[in-house]
Amino acid sequence: MSAVTVELEHKSFHSEHGEVQVLRPIQLQIHPGEFVTIIGPSGCGKSTLLKILAGLDTEYRGSVWIDGQKVVRPGVQQGFVFQEHRLFPWMTVEQNIAANLSLRDPQIRAKVDQLTELVRLKGFERAYPKRLSGGMSQRVAIARALLRDPKVLLLDEPFGALDPFTRAHLQTALLEVWMRKKITMILVTHDVDEAVVLANRIVIMTPKPAAIQAVIPVDLPYPRQRVDGAFQEIRNQILRALSDQGVWTAAE
Amino acid sequence: MNPSNQDAVYPAVGMSRNAASDRAVTRLSHPRFQRAFAGRGGKLLQGASLPLVVLALWQVASSLGWAPETLLPSPVNIVRALADLVSTGELVHDIEISLLRALFGFLLGGTLGFAFGMAAGLSKHFEGFTDPTIQMVRTIPHLAITPLFILWFGLGEWSKVLLIALGAFFPLYVNTFTGIRNVDAKLFEVARILEFNRLHLVTRLMLPAALPNILLGLRLSLGVSWLGLVVAELMGSSAGVGYLIENASQFSQTSVVFVGLLIFAAVGKLSDSLVRWLERRLLRWRDSYGG
Repeated sequence: MSAVTVELEHKSFHSEHGEVQVLRPIQLQIHPGEFVTIIGPSGCGKSTLLKILAGLDTEYRGSVWIDGQKVVRPGVQQGFVFQEHRLFPWMTVEQNIAANLSLRDPQIRAKVDQLTELVRLKGFERAYPKRLSGGMSQRVAIARALLRDPKVLLLDEPFGALDPFTRAHLQTALLEVWMRKKITMILVTHDVDEAVVLANRIVIMTPKPAAIQAVIPVDLPYPRQRVDGAFQEIRNQILRALSDQGVWTAAE
Repeated sequence: MNPSNQDAVYPAVGMSRNAASDRAVTRLSHPRFQRAFAGRGGKLLQGASLPLVVLALWQVASSLGWAPETLLPSPVNIVRALADLVSTGELVHDIEISLLRALFGFLLGGTLGFAFGMAAGLSKHFEGFTDPTIQMVRTIPHLAITPLFILWFGLGEWSKVLLIALGAFFPLYVNTFTGIRNVDAKLFEVARILEFNRLHLVTRLMLPAALPNILLGLRLSLGVSWLGLVVAELMGSSAGVGYLIENASQFSQTSVVFVGLLIFAAVGKLSDSLVRWLERRLLRWRDSYGG
């Protein structure tokens, strides 16, 4: 379980129209073992924020610490799950989970077997990604990140491309993983329900350049029922905050 | 649906188009045809049907005396010449020599092409130094460089092997390079997160990702090696399939010329099939349209 401290001063991109500010100053303290979801309008810069946490983007002013250690480059400590599964198509499920680690190592072998069990992929260990559904592929991607025992798992709209049923199923699966492994999780989403189902705390971002608009704690027991009154209350709270931005439309 | 019913529903289709061609199309996609070409043997039959028809027509034309034997010997005579050459052991010897030349040339050129392609693909510096030169040399035709090779290396084996190697170099170089450069940047990002070391970056990401291109290069290189062999052996040699052809044409033994061509075609097709088999085995993971 690890704490994440974010102290961001400035982040901008260079385009042909000159410098475009993407992120305003952001301060955020994430507690060990906490599940935080970040929600905001499309293109607000929340994915950029996650890439900064991962060490994939280092062109910014400010710093990110994990357990007091500054993040300067990507690595297995900051596990990352992308919106697309990004599996290696030439590797089978178990080879993808192991990737650069050797399956012949009995320790790795045992952990891979454990993880395929955890993400419910038993029987598909030898299948190539082309045979997997979107949900299965994403579960492989999660297992791949978990094998490295990350201090924090960063998820960038991991279920955004899935149908509602698969999405709900994977949310449950992810919660199960989180409760068993007690890993700090930060998940970016634009799905309000998803944010409430998963999080201990929900961070609402403003439109670009993004800053934290509000942080909403969710003190509901897991598993959470969407029809529950308290659930609806928090859901409405988020929707109100987002509609204050003037970007929330009925279509979303 | 029964046929008469079908006719009743779609009477206008046959009328509006060319009725005869419509019927021909229908006949080729007839279940009986599809059944005949189904399975492994059927595929062989489908591939062989065109050459077999040509062969039959050819034999008929020769038997009727329409084609002079010195220009176009009949298939039967070509087979006879083949049998003669086999029985004297001459053909086996020639094939052996040709195969060895092609193999050595291919191994030399192909290995270097692969190595240079990898190096240029992995390193911008290496690419900057070598690629312009390689691209320039690549445009020089084989035939134009042959006299120079004879001057440099004589008429012996070296000039032949090197000529083949030169040809085999480029397809593997170009395709390996392209394959490496086309590796998905998104997978690179994953490799950075998973902390791949340099070795794993090459063996578990770049090589497998570039494999489809590399195998294409391999196939093209093998083809060019075979082509280079013909050029090399025709320019002067005392053994080999090219020599067999050259020698036979001097004595107007046209049927032997055809035997030589037949051998080139057969071995060429065989080596191509070998690479295709490799492709099927090594690229099982690929998710692409199978036809």
